[in-house]
Amino acid sequence: MNKLEEVFKNKKAFIPFVVADDPDFDTTVQNILTLANNGADIIELGIPFSDPVADGPVIQVADLRAFDAGVNTNVVFDIVAKVRESTDVPLIFLTYTNIVFKYGYEEFCKRCRDLNISGLVIPDLPLEEQGDLREFAKQYDISLIQLIAPTSGDRIEKIAKEAEGFIYMVSSMGVTGQREDFSKKLSNTIEEIRKYTDVPVAIGFGIHSAEQAQALSKIADGIIIGSAIVELIAEGKDLAEYSNEIKAAI
Amino acid sequence: MKEMQKTDSKSHYYGEFGGQFIPETLMTALNEVSEAYDKYKDDPDFLNELHTLLSDYANRPSLLYYAENMTKDLGGAKIYFKREDLNHTGAHKINNVIGQALIAKRMGKTRLIAETGAGQHGVATATIAALFGMECEIYMGKMDTDRQKLNVYRMELLGAKVHPVTSGSMVLKDAVNATLQEWTRRVYDTFYVMGSAVGPYPFPQMVHDFQSVISKESKQQILDEEGRLPDAVVACVGGGSNAIGSFAQYIDDENVELIGCEAAGKGVDTDQTAATIERGSTGIFHGMKSMFLQNDDGQIDKVYSISAGLDYPGVGPEHAHLAITKRAKYVGITDDEAVDAFEYIAKTEGIIAAIESCHAVAYVQKLAPTMSKDQIIICTLSGRGDKDVASIAKYRGRDIDE
Repeated sequence: MNKLEEVFKNKKAFIPFVVADDPDFDTTVQNILTLANNGADIIELGIPFSDPVADGPVIQVADLRAFDAGVNTNVVFDIVAKVRESTDVPLIFLTYTNIVFKYGYEEFCKRCRDLNISGLVIPDLPLEEQGDLREFAKQYDISLIQLIAPTSGDRIEKIAKEAEGFIYMVSSMGVTGQREDFSKKLSNTIEEIRKYTDVPVAIGFGIHSAEQAQALSKIADGIIIGSAIVELIAEGKDLAEYSNEIKAAI
Repeated sequence: MKEMQKTDSKSHYYGEFGGQFIPETLMTALNEVSEAYDKYKDDPDFLNELHTLLSDYANRPSLLYYAENMTKDLGGAKIYFKREDLNHTGAHKINNVIGQALIAKRMGKTRLIAETGAGQHGVATATIAALFGMECEIYMGKMDTDRQKLNVYRMELLGAKVHPVTSGSMVLKDAVNATLQEWTRRVYDTFYVMGSAVGPYPFPQMVHDFQSVISKESKQQILDEEGRLPDAVVACVGGGSNAIGSFAQYIDDENVELIGCEAAGKGVDTDQTAATIERGSTGIFHGMKSMFLQNDDGQIDKVYSISAGLDYPGVGPEHAHLAITKRAKYVGITDDEAVDAFEYIAKTEGIIAAIESCHAVAYVQKLAPTMSKDQIIICTLSGRGDKDVASIAKYRGRDIDE
């Protein structure tokens, strides 16, 4: 079984997101370790991009902080190498196609394997355009995490059938950020996904409170929280309490 | 569309460039646009409505004007200007907006959103939204709302809401980001009218097709006038909408040289430039695989040009393809050269042309004297320059009220 899929066995997974090098190298390493020691099952590490069109203002500003700290792709790999001295928590990257493309698909996947990165979430790389990267992702055993949106409609079947690791279910339309309401269609969509695949489904985009996490964990296999955590980091707050609270809720 | 060129509508690529690199949240909407375009582009009612609006509302065909004074002054090739500046709203942008808005209307969309650089595409979109009774919101970099205040007010007069975009470098690239984000937020009733020949398929193709009216007309006009094809076609390139429209009908005519003029800003070898093809490399951004100004990590550069309309770090995928296959040539024109051309064409021909178009005029000034008197250049004047008068005055150290 795929190593990411294994994480979801007999439990609901909590998947927090942090931006690499926000606000600096050491804090990012510390934040990842704190999350790993306080309930996080998979940690999603964002490689900043100059033009993060799928992200809301909170993560855009975090990307800017990381650029101020001098982030680049190799710095992010260095952060992971440092983290790997202390933990083997499953890690995945979230970034944009151009970052991976410019690094070289093969070289990027190879470095991911060497650092035990299990998967890639690339919001601007839809299924139809994944071919070139998939070849190397398979070769180096990296899961390409598929996103499914409330608008995916008749695309759900073909995306679900290609999915591995887990499926990133976009909770509501728009970009990442906190929202109070989630589409009621969500559970219907997840039911439909389950018709085509046993790959776990994690919900992300706009989840911030423990109550929301709890409610959504009833219909999904995992909960992804990004902006809410990035905001705590921006405020210089410790992540342990929040992380434990979410893990306990799901 | 019989008159529209794409050989295989299933193909989303121009050679290695193009594609649909867009979030899953937009894929269904994008496919709907593709399907609608495929469905209507050959539809006689659609074509009839398009042509009627182009002629009765947009003032087409535009003139092919023989620039006798410039021709004599430069002492080489005969120079013709394709006068897109005489279109309603003052630029080529209206050609494409009418087409896309007609598709939007047939799809039942009630709201148009668009990015704009210099404001010409925003004005054209606001104009058609007013005509069709649709809602309209325009995203424009804060830098550009400051340097193109006249166009901002024009859009507001036409009933559009203009959002100054304050993220990133606050220019065209950031306006595209903001418009994509807004489309993600509200796809159900909204159509994104892409203004340049960029973005995910089918946008580059739609823009190619709707702008190709420029070269369809110019080809017929030059045959009527001179009985032969031009030796060179010159147009400015930001994302590349007027250039692709100016080139389209000549791409298969191997003897017609195609030249795109990019904004070199302070110089192609400086970091204050927008000369994507000379300075850029292959990348994937704004929905397409194409050429971009970017660093080694794939972070998109901040770009610079005096011209808000050319101030873009990428170029349409078909231009990248034409460049790499050497079918078209792309040259950089600096701010200084463009401003000189702005003044030159005004004094020589009595035409105040957009600063974007003056990048092409500047190259014609260099090219024409190297050619013989029996050769012909067609240069597209993509827009009129009223919007630029205040900022050119400022460039020359004169402060005037707008």
